[in-house]
Formats: sequence, structure tokens, C-alpha cells
Amino acid sequence: MLHTVNKSPFESASLKTCLGLAQSGSDILLIEDGVYGALAGTIHTTMLAEATGAISVYALGPDLKARGLPEDRLIPGIKVVGYDGFVELACANDKVQSWL
Amino acid sequence: MSETKKFMYINRRPPYGTVYPLEGLEVVLIGAAFEQEVCMAFISDGVFQLKQGQDTTDTGMKNFSPTYRALGDYEVTRLYVERESLEERGLTEADLMPLTWEDEDDDWAEKPSIQIVSRTQLSDLLEEQDVVFNF
Amino acid sequence: MKLAVMVNEGPYTHQASDTAYSFIRAALDAGHEIFRVFFYHDGVHNGTRLTTPPQDDRHIVNRWSELSEAHDLDLVVCVAAAQRRGIVDPDEAKRNGKDSDNIAPGFRISGLGQLIEAGVQADRLLVFGD
Repeated sequence: MLHTVNKSPFESASLKTCLGLAQSGSDILLIEDGVYGALAGTIHTTMLAEATGAISVYALGPDLKARGLPEDRLIPGIKVVGYDGFVELACANDKVQSWL
Repeated sequence: MSETKKFMYINRRPPYGTVYPLEGLEVVLIGAAFEQEVCMAFISDGVFQLKQGQDTTDTGMKNFSPTYRALGDYEVTRLYVERESLEERGLTEADLMPLTWEDEDDDWAEKPSIQIVSRTQLSDLLEEQDVVFNF
Repeated sequence: MKLAVMVNEGPYTHQASDTAYSFIRAALDAGHEIFRVFFYHDGVHNGTRLTTPPQDDRHIVNRWSELSEAHDLDLVVCVAAAQRRGIVDPDEAKRNGKDSDNIAPGFRISGLGQLIEAGVQADRLLVFGD
């Protein structure tokens, strides 16, 4: 199952809720303001860093770039994908849940 | 459309502050006519949608909470409420509207629609679905 | 693969319709079919032709219309959500005694059943919103 999160974890509990319900083997894609959740060295880093491994975490490259967030600032293990990668993730998983 | 899919409508927002819960409910009611396998989940602030005693008189808004009572008539009989979300908000099942449905296969016995489930149970239920809406 | 998309926010306030648009373009480029794009909640504002953004900004409504024209996309605006928010086509304008309509080319107004049908028929449903 693919989960998308589009909210900053500094503003919303969406990412936390998603992590609480996502099962191992799931994919999570951070999009829009959700990409702030991918940053290393923040008060929310541990939450996501602990999940990576059992869950594959991706961040949408165009949204990172738009916000001035280079890949070297991200939590290790988070993969950056484009819109084409977003489409591939949506198709590779049997369903998509958007944590709006 | 012969295919039957499992639909879950996830409600994560409180009522009245935004229109999402009300318009979400409209989707559930229309969707009921399509004879898919339907359930609803209430998590995070979505549990406040089921709070007893809603009275919108002084806000000038429409009180749509009675609509939840009609869900049983539309054969929407499984409303999963996440226990952790209730507890985090200082609520118990007694704070929620008593919602029931009549079981045609059991001499129209009245049965509770609300099922309190743990986060783990809800996670399993989510995994079972084919289509997930989020309001 | 057959994909359906739901857009729940209007243009310009939220990024949702931009992301939905980019996703759909990428899906079409990859050879997938877009079964339907359904606009709900404030998403119905994606379908008014009266939108006039500044010249140096993207024209989100025209972009949808052009994509619909190029790929024969089915862009459906929810009638109940549209009525609340003043998005009308000629039929709705007539029925409700309005002096004009504002639906953009390529969009059509229809019921919520179209959304459920998209959920049933498509292999994947993706929701973009706030």
C-alpha cells in the first residue's frame, strides 16, 4: 500500500497518524509540504528514521527543490523520486491512501 | 458494474470547522447505492464527528449529526472508531451517539454500528480495502 | 493501468491541483489511462472559465482544459459541491434561474456517482487535497 503525506509534521499530525497505521512493507511518499518531514536533524526526524527499513520512504524531488531542500539534508535511506516515480509507486502498490 | 470492491471512508477531521465531514458523508450516502462493501473509520479528530449532543443553533450552521443515524438504513453498518484517538481526546464510547442498524438476516435485530477498535486492528482493516477515501 | 484522480482543493490556494496535474501528465507519459478526474469540495473551482491569473503565473484552469482536449480527459465537477460554490454549466444555470454559467471547456458537471464509479472501475484512485 502506498501512503502519501502532504503536510509538514511541524504543523500537522498526518505523518504521525500515517506511521501509526502503515504496515511493514508499505511505501510512504512525502509530497508538497510533507517533504519537510524528510529533513534530518529536526524534532521529528527520529519518528520517520525509526520507520525507514520496515517501510520505504520516498520524497517528491520537485517539491524538495521548490522548497530549497537539497538531498544531503534528508534522513539517510529516504529516496527521492519525480512525478514519474510517483506514478510508478502508485501502480506498484495495490492501493493508495492520501493522508490529507 | 458487477465487480464488488471494499471501500473505506476515513474521517479524520472534526465537524463544522470545515465542510469535509459533511461533504464526506454525502459521498458515503451516494456510494451506498452502488452495492460495494462499505465501512467508515473515525480516527484522530474525526472521532469528534460522532460526539453526542451536537447543537449548531447558535452558529447558524446546519447540524448534520442526525445523518449518522440514517447510515444504517443505507446499509452502512460498520463504523470503526479508533480507541487510541478516543483516549487521547479524553472521550469514551459513552460520549458517542448510539448508532444502530437493523439486521435483516437476524429478524431485524437492532445492532450497534459503532465498533471501537485498536490502532493495530484498524491498520489491518485498512490493509484489506480496495479503495480508500479520506475526508 | 487505469487510474482515477480526485481533486479536493481549488487552484492557487493549495498545491493540490498542481500536484494532481503533474501526476496525471506523468501517468499519461508513461502510457497509463486516466479514467476520470473528479473535482470535489473546493476542487470545483478548478472548473470556472472566469479565472484570470496574472500573466506571469500558470493558468491552472486553462491547463486542465488543454490537457482534456489533448488526451480526451473526463473532467467531472461534482454537482452538489458546485451548486454550493457557484460553478454552473448552461443546464444548471437554466434550472436554477441564474443569469449566466461559468463552466470551463472540457469540464462537465455530474453527480457523486461518477466518483464512486471511478473508484469501482479504476485500478487505482488517487486523492489530492489539503
